[in-house]
Amino acid sequence: MRLTRRYRFAASHRLNTDALSPQDNARLYGKCNNPFGHGHDYVLDVTVEGVPDGSGQIVNRDTLDALVNTQILARVDHRNLNVDVPALAGRVATTENLAFAVEAMLKERWTLPARLARVRIAETPRNTFELDTQ
Amino acid sequence: MTPASFVHPDSARGHLNRKIMLLTRKAEFSASHVCSDPALSPEENRAVYGVNAHPAGHGHNFVLEVTIEGDPDPVTGMVFDLRQLKEIINQEVVDPMDHRFLNCEVAPFTVATGNVVPTTENLAMEIWKRLAPRIQSPSARLHNVRLFETADLYIDYRGEAA
Repeated sequence: MRLTRRYRFAASHRLNTDALSPQDNARLYGKCNNPFGHGHDYVLDVTVEGVPDGSGQIVNRDTLDALVNTQILARVDHRNLNVDVPALAGRVATTENLAFAVEAMLKERWTLPARLARVRIAETPRNTFELDTQ
Repeated sequence: MTPASFVHPDSARGHLNRKIMLLTRKAEFSASHVCSDPALSPEENRAVYGVNAHPAGHGHNFVLEVTIEGDPDPVTGMVFDLRQLKEIINQEVVDPMDHRFLNCEVAPFTVATGNVVPTTENLAMEIWKRLAPRIQSPSARLHNVRLFETADLYIDYRGEAA
């Protein structure tokens, strides 16, 4: 059985890699390469998988919320992903990389009986990134 | 219209190959519930179930997505009759649960029927139990029950053993 919980955060980012010239960055990332950055209202879905315990729950909602609040939302909400999030240091702040960072940050303190099964992040209502986690 | 002579490139038999397809039908029902265990103190229930333990209950607009897997019938082109599916969902879920207090009116959540705590997990399992035997055809079966308690929390259940 799986339980999916939805969270929201607002953050800014700029897509740029030192591996490419300014011209190539501009070509590759388009508007996302604009020097001053820009922001999104991200929607994060965290999916856990497990078997309901004696209480009839896979996971205690308050425990999951507290973990996501501490590990993710407190670190990314109303922040600049390029500057404020150490888990993304040295990486382009794409939502693909953000999904890996969210997985790593959650697993850093994961003590829940259910396993983390999936991280899904919608950057905008039109662009969604889904990561199956082992 | 597909001409009678048309042979789908994937087909060996003159109609679409038997491929698993998923069909999802949505339904809504509003119900109230309390999540608490009579063996626990109010403080313990609050720790286990959070705000869901408030004794007098609270309600949700539950959204149910029933997904069936199967092969489209070569004659009808359908995985399962949608009218029949709607009827089954109404009979098994919406009619008995809509605008009800799950703990007082719906089995197995009442004291008399087992006193199962109506968490969204247990409710999804109960809905599976009600629907699965009725969604059986030679080519289709129940695949997934997705139950949204709110827009921000849902359960997926595929009939795994508890």
